[in-house]
Amino acid sequence: MPENRTPTSPASSRGLRYWWRLLLDRVVTVLTVLCAVLVLAPLVAIFAYLVYRGIGALNWAFLTQTPKPVGELGGGMANAMVGSAIILGIASVIGVPLGIGSGIFLAEHGNQRFAQLVRFTADVLNGVPSIVTGIAVYSLVVLQQKHFSGFAGGVALGIMMVPTITRTTEEMLLMVPNIVREASLGLGIPRWRTTLSVVLRTATSGVITGIMLAFARVAGETAPLLFTAFGNQFWSLKLNQPMAALPLQIYVYAISPFDDWHRQAWAGALMLIVLIVGAVAAVRVATSRGMVRGAA
Amino acid sequence: MTRTRFQLGLDELKEKLLRMGGLAEQAVDRAIEAYGSRDPEASEKVFRGEQSINMVEREIDELALDLLAMQQPVAVDLRFILAVIKVNADLERVGDQAVNIAERARDLAGLPAVELPADIPRMAATATGMVRQALEAFIRADADLAQQVLGSDNSVDRMKREIEAAMMAQMKQSPASARQALDTLLIARNLERVADHGTNIAEDVIFWVRGADVRHLGPGTPATPLP
Amino acid sequence: MGVGMEARNLNAWFGPAQVLHGISMDMAANQVTAIIGPSGCGKSTFIRCLNRLHETVPGARVEGKVQVGGNDIYGRSVPAVEVRRRVGMVFQKPNPFPTMSIYDNVAAGLKLNGFRNRRELDQIVEHSLCQAALWDEVKDQVKKKSGASLSGGQQQRLCIARALAVAPEVLLMDEPCSALDPISTSKIEELVFELKKDYTVVIVTHNMQQASRVADFTGFFLLGYLVEFDRTERVFTNPADKRTEDYVTGRFG
Repeated sequence: MPENRTPTSPASSRGLRYWWRLLLDRVVTVLTVLCAVLVLAPLVAIFAYLVYRGIGALNWAFLTQTPKPVGELGGGMANAMVGSAIILGIASVIGVPLGIGSGIFLAEHGNQRFAQLVRFTADVLNGVPSIVTGIAVYSLVVLQQKHFSGFAGGVALGIMMVPTITRTTEEMLLMVPNIVREASLGLGIPRWRTTLSVVLRTATSGVITGIMLAFARVAGETAPLLFTAFGNQFWSLKLNQPMAALPLQIYVYAISPFDDWHRQAWAGALMLIVLIVGAVAAVRVATSRGMVRGAA
Repeated sequence: MTRTRFQLGLDELKEKLLRMGGLAEQAVDRAIEAYGSRDPEASEKVFRGEQSINMVEREIDELALDLLAMQQPVAVDLRFILAVIKVNADLERVGDQAVNIAERARDLAGLPAVELPADIPRMAATATGMVRQALEAFIRADADLAQQVLGSDNSVDRMKREIEAAMMAQMKQSPASARQALDTLLIARNLERVADHGTNIAEDVIFWVRGADVRHLGPGTPATPLP
Repeated sequence: MGVGMEARNLNAWFGPAQVLHGISMDMAANQVTAIIGPSGCGKSTFIRCLNRLHETVPGARVEGKVQVGGNDIYGRSVPAVEVRRRVGMVFQKPNPFPTMSIYDNVAAGLKLNGFRNRRELDQIVEHSLCQAALWDEVKDQVKKKSGASLSGGQQQRLCIARALAVAPEVLLMDEPCSALDPISTSKIEELVFELKKDYTVVIVTHNMQQASRVADFTGFFLLGYLVEFDRTERVFTNPADKRTEDYVTGRFG
């Protein structure tokens, strides 16, 4: 059909079909761009609004001081930020090894009955509401220890990280082409070493993405911390004591009747986003520097 | 995979070689006829025929070279092409021998006729018969038939020695007819070479068909395959 | 130095399907043995039985004996990992470890097996890359350049260097040139000719001209059977079996 070739004839002699196809092409392009914009718009809007509302209360005092008693102005969320960091640290220590380990297990033995059970369990766990996880950890850890603790908070968040990390790790490992495994086995490298040092290493970038996804998700969870870390108005770095966390603090301040606390809640929310994005970016930079240059 | 293009090339090669064989046989027959009829015109025919023989020889060599270069033949196909190249050379030599015989015949035609105790026609029949049989073996890819040709070489050698002895004696006894005797002796030698070429052709057929190199081993050696 | 390898009555299955039937073959020391045959004839399966890689496929099974220097690699107490150190392999598609540098690729077989001596590793890496005719091209960038950033032919030579670094006695090559251009192919064929001084080489190829250029001995496989095995000259000038002749002359493929 003449219209299929690059038009060399004058425009006036090109058929109607040509112009119709051109129009269709442009319309679809515009639609897809619009979709992208619609997706990004709420994110940008939220962030902009946070900045607008929170930037006012963001000052040095906010970042370094603990909350002041009710009625007094000022104070900050320093303890909540540090507390969140500690709790997330514990969560990672629990969630990352368990998640990667299960992911490796599923990738290597995925066809066995037990593995299918594990996979099913992970998917179910993924869907459990976070508040239910919180209650579960409450009865398993808090009640045993007879007090709220940062440790329990870490356990709850850690459990929530596991399914995401497991499934992503499994997917990334399965995406490593089999010839890489065979190359390693062919050198006389034992299977376990092949999996850890070759296959996992090849999938590192994807696995880290999975970890970051899980991290970002649990960093903002409030409900499970209600029953475990409980929150703390004072500095507390002890793992077996109630610990402050940013989401908790934001929640408490947000539902309070005080304007000053509302402003600080906005600042807290802004800080939460900034800290999460910052953590993910830092990990990306650190791991990309570790990779060999020139890799295709 | 049938390698049609290659097969067509092989068929063409075979056809050309057979035509070459026909031309060569015809040349020898005509030369012997020139000897028998003492007709110089018959010799001329042989000289003129030489050109076609040379042309076909070149064509065959060219085609064989092309097939080797472009089709990378192996095993039986490779042996076939190698055999064709060698048979080609042998047949061209047969043509040369025919020219030599025709020259001797023309010489004899210009000399007084002398009755000589040399049965040239019989020797010629045996020699050309060998060439014919070898070519027949080639057409039929029959190594056993080719093997038989190897056996006939002895009788031709014997005939040559007989004629040689008779002609030498003739030259001593009646020097007047020395030249005729000499010409006849030379014709006998030419015919012996024709028979040799027939043997070569038969050996090449055996090499092609059985992959056995039986050259220079004598007729009694069984054709064993290459180690 | 290479050692000889003998297969005796080797049978192999993928699940219920038998793909190799009673293969018995000698691969002489310091010689190149080629294995040819049409697609699906079992040549890749056979070579993967020689370094016990076939059994890593779920459901795959091997029966029979394969001796390397007199020891049966399928012996009861012989660990597969040990076999694969003595019998190296180069695959059809060049497969350098994608996240490792050239140096790390070559050293992988040693480092991941606990080898620690830095200076010796440097020497071994250089020597292996020299043996694979790759050293001159990459010597300034072994630690900086990634294995995956080389050209196809270079990648394959890297894989050869990697396999040689663990000092195997036998080198198996599964259609090593089929993904390469003719010049790279010819470089690797030259390499094989050099390598046989120190190693025994078994090469699977679907390119008969390659087998005839490179190999001392050639085995013809058909439908899981070894139809003919002889010196390469014999197979390509006057094979004993009609099926072999039909295959090498291209009457079927």
